[in-house]
Amino acid sequence: MPAAAKRPPSTLMRAVQVLAPFVLLGLLWQIASFNFPKYLFPSLVDVSAHIVGIFSSWTLFSEVLATVGRILAGLIGAFVGGAVIAAVMFRFSAADRFLAPILNFFQGIPALSWVVFAIIWFHGTEPRIFFIMTVTSLPAFTFQVLDALRGMSKDLVEMVMSLRPTRMKMLRAMILPSIFPDILTAWKVNLGNASRVVVVAELVGATGGIGYELLQQQQVFDMAGALAWTLQLVFFVLITQRIIAFIEQRAFRYRAVSERVL
Amino acid sequence: MTQDAEIHFDRVSKSFPARDEDAEPFRAVDGLSLDIARGEMVALLGKTGCGKSTTFNLIAGLIEPSEGVVRVQGLDPFRDFNDLRGKIAVVFQNDRLLPWRTAIGNVELGLEMLDKSTLVRREMAQFWLARLGLAGHESDFPHALSGGMRQRVSIARAFATDASILLCDEPFSSLDEITGQRLREEFANLVRENGKTAVFITHSINEALQIGRRVIVMTRPAKVAYDVRLGADARTGADEIRSRIQEVLAA
Repeated sequence: MPAAAKRPPSTLMRAVQVLAPFVLLGLLWQIASFNFPKYLFPSLVDVSAHIVGIFSSWTLFSEVLATVGRILAGLIGAFVGGAVIAAVMFRFSAADRFLAPILNFFQGIPALSWVVFAIIWFHGTEPRIFFIMTVTSLPAFTFQVLDALRGMSKDLVEMVMSLRPTRMKMLRAMILPSIFPDILTAWKVNLGNASRVVVVAELVGATGGIGYELLQQQQVFDMAGALAWTLQLVFFVLITQRIIAFIEQRAFRYRAVSERVL
Repeated sequence: MTQDAEIHFDRVSKSFPARDEDAEPFRAVDGLSLDIARGEMVALLGKTGCGKSTTFNLIAGLIEPSEGVVRVQGLDPFRDFNDLRGKIAVVFQNDRLLPWRTAIGNVELGLEMLDKSTLVRREMAQFWLARLGLAGHESDFPHALSGGMRQRVSIARAFATDASILLCDEPFSSLDEITGQRLREEFANLVRENGKTAVFITHSINEALQIGRRVIVMTRPAKVAYDVRLGADARTGADEIRSRIQEVLAA
């Protein structure tokens, strides 16, 4: 007798599956807040009050938006630069041989060192942070796009080539759809990294943004405030990941799904 | 070169560099000369690894000959690559459908390269899908189609561009016998009805005799060992031709 097909979970069940770990985490934190001083584990009520305060004050919320803007600007800069470099490396092996060691060298430099260099090299806050965000994400984007280009199916490339496309049509019909899944993965990975780097950059080299606000909370030993500001960044990462997941769900519906999972 | 040669090879050789630097380059095609006239259905027959696919890629302009001259409709298919746009259609051994496109999207691909309007593309693609028995499957993605259906989509893609030359690289070899046989017949009819010049690569004598009106047997490295035109009735002398082909292949 054939096994009954596995039913997908209901919306309610999926919501429970997503929320359950967070509820558990919150519960553990709340228990800790009953047993430790407030400056170590403030109650979730205090943290929530801070979060509401941030959301209800334009001055404070604009600090969140400033950080989000910096992350996105830096990532877009790194992605555009990385994609161009990857395309050159893919097309010309001499460029690949020349640039790959440089990019590897850049990857070895810690983000904090770039923060120091940026403070020395640039005067304004925004150029500093844009530079830091771009330079720390660019090598990863370059290698990820390069791998995606190299991973294109030779059979499919040959098939499209047999139709004698123009460069633009080759890009539109073959290259972009082929590398799009890898590009989304690259964004997911780099988004997480960038959200960590931006805090360091703002902590040291900015007079505003979430990183700067965290520094303020640290100076007054306000753990609830520190947590509330941190959560702003986590919310941003979660929302962006959801948006990317939604795009994946829509764009990759062509993929076959096996009933039996690994 | 004969007056009406659609495809012309003159002492063509193709070598590939060996992986090991000290080794000799691999010679896949060696001094191949042949002419294929407009409207001919030619089966290129040979054992696996005899250079049939290299010959195929030379005609398609995907690789450049190391020596000799290749001409397709009087043009160099490698150097005049873009000038032959829409004139050569290819059906590969496996379907090579773009997984992110639906069946109709895949058939429209070649028409997109020819700058056809959306309306024309849709009409042509629908016509060819229906012609190949795939009406109702226009919106299916390749993974939802069977092997035979996918190969039909790839044949529809080749015919939709209305190219005068069809290159086929063992397109039915991965299908089961019944599906392969049915598709082979349909394909041969379509080629005849549409007056195409077809070059059909195969390693099967039966397939070559069924599809080709001319059979060229190649030996390794790709060189013409036997070239025979079949009569109006393909069965005339078929047994003798089959024996001769078997002898050449066994040699």
